[in-house]
Amino acid sequence: MRSRYRHLLAFTLPALAVYTVFAAYPLASSIYLSFFDSDTGVSRWVGFDNYVYLFTNPTTSERFWNALVNNVEFFAIHLLVEVPVGLLLAALLTSGRLRRSAAVYRTLLFIPTTLSVVVVGFIWRLIINPLWGLVEHPLLGDERTALPTISLMSVWQYVGIPMIFLYTALLAIPGPVLEAARIDGANGWTTFWRVKFPLIAPQFGLIAILTYIWTFNGFDIVFALNGSAPGPNYSTDILGTLFYRTFFGSSGQVSDLDLGATVASVIFFLILVTTAGYFVLLHRRLKSYEL
Amino acid sequence: MSVLAPARAGAPAPVPEARRRGRRPSTMGGTLAVHGLLLLFALLAIAPVLLIVLNSFKTTPAIFADPFGLPDRETFSVAGYERVFERGNFAANYRNSLVVTVGTTALTLVLSTLAAFALVEYKVRLAPVLAAFFTIGIMLPIRLGTVPILKLVVSWRLMDTLTALVLVYTAMSVPLAVALMMTYFRAVPTDLKDAGRIDGAGELRTLRLTLPLVRPGLAAVASVTMLPVWNDLWFPLILAPSPEHQTVTLGVQQFVGQFLNDYPALLAALTLGAVPLIVLFTVFSRQFIQGLSQGIGR
Repeated sequence: MRSRYRHLLAFTLPALAVYTVFAAYPLASSIYLSFFDSDTGVSRWVGFDNYVYLFTNPTTSERFWNALVNNVEFFAIHLLVEVPVGLLLAALLTSGRLRRSAAVYRTLLFIPTTLSVVVVGFIWRLIINPLWGLVEHPLLGDERTALPTISLMSVWQYVGIPMIFLYTALLAIPGPVLEAARIDGANGWTTFWRVKFPLIAPQFGLIAILTYIWTFNGFDIVFALNGSAPGPNYSTDILGTLFYRTFFGSSGQVSDLDLGATVASVIFFLILVTTAGYFVLLHRRLKSYEL
Repeated sequence: MSVLAPARAGAPAPVPEARRRGRRPSTMGGTLAVHGLLLLFALLAIAPVLLIVLNSFKTTPAIFADPFGLPDRETFSVAGYERVFERGNFAANYRNSLVVTVGTTALTLVLSTLAAFALVEYKVRLAPVLAAFFTIGIMLPIRLGTVPILKLVVSWRLMDTLTALVLVYTAMSVPLAVALMMTYFRAVPTDLKDAGRIDGAGELRTLRLTLPLVRPGLAAVASVTMLPVWNDLWFPLILAPSPEHQTVTLGVQQFVGQFLNDYPALLAALTLGAVPLIVLFTVFSRQFIQGLSQGIGR
């Protein structure tokens, strides 16, 4: 018994050390830091003052609520476009009408996901550049279209993720189940919606929560396109860019570590509460639909 | 049964459905429609990438005169590539990215293999607690800990070093890698390990005996670890921004800002930033997909 404990600790210690020091501790410490004020050089406990300041001070709160609303929109566009398209692609790939070519399509469709956002941002900025004449309207220069445009670029890049999740879930459906449906005379369409779809339904909850985590931690694509002051007129500012700006400062804004930690903590809590809620409320219920 | 049973962990990649389930009586038209739609989406996925690569081999006037044309004898030019290597420090950026990515992947493989083996093998009450502690890390983005990470890196005198990046990326990669390796270790038969122990092998030797069996897991971990590390912009920007420690992604990002008028050079820089990962992914796509769907998808 004791030797098993010793072995467990000895084997997990290296991973545990790196993970604790560079991931778990910084995350916890970030929350701790958000309760302090060190502007004057001395660290002073201020309780929730940083949060109150962030939410209510006219200049910071306007930016914060704006970024939050934008982030919700960024998430919603991903959910509404990326997931259905991912499902369509997964359904096509497993439709039983492809042979070897499924692997080729799968690889091609996944290539954008392997690119860095720097490349993705530039490619699309070039394509929608009025200079190249594909689109007349300056999509990124218009406050109303800038955020949807950026979101769709990101959807283009990451549609491979829900596609792969749903694809592997569809492949994991046992053959006899589909066999039975076919013997009962179900065609492809009926089989998909009545048999396959209910079986892969739990995957949608998981994809939604992963998309949520990922979009609320978003930063790269906006930064790659617009830098840390996401124009026009902050219409593409999301929590990640707000965090970067608060933490690092930018033109017209001084760096503020405590407030940066506060913004990070707010994002952290948003993700934590939603994820916990998902696992407690939804995930268990969805599990019961599995085979 | 869960949607993706862990028992399939060590199994080869999923067999295309058509072969596994026998052919269904399908109409020619339906098959054509499926191919047509997939072709359309595949084109949508790769045409923008091809456009960049294509135009990086052209002269500036040709890029604007005919952005969709293939380079011919008159318009073909590699001047963009030459200028990238003259002006930027691309070779250094590449080396940095390579060091960071290979370093992180190697460290992640070693640490997660040791940890996952132990978490599966030594069933004491602490094991599930530790496993849960690692699992939390899959959900929580390490980026939110940037302020303390920066303070830590500064106080350990690791600021602007590749070591700092490797350590942070390893911490970021370990949770998913541990979860993934655990599913593969669960599939290793107990008999094999017991046989080893009876022959007098120590625990580390026993672990080594199982390695050939979890090799698909190692490949999956390697391929899901590499991608986000190579492509990350955030930590190089904050922890290693100086020109001599820049990674390719950060280098390309700054290149985009600096040389906005030299399109051939820009497109060459973008191509060079994207190609290695596309090649790597194409080779390891099966492992990558397995890793992704088994690590998080279960």
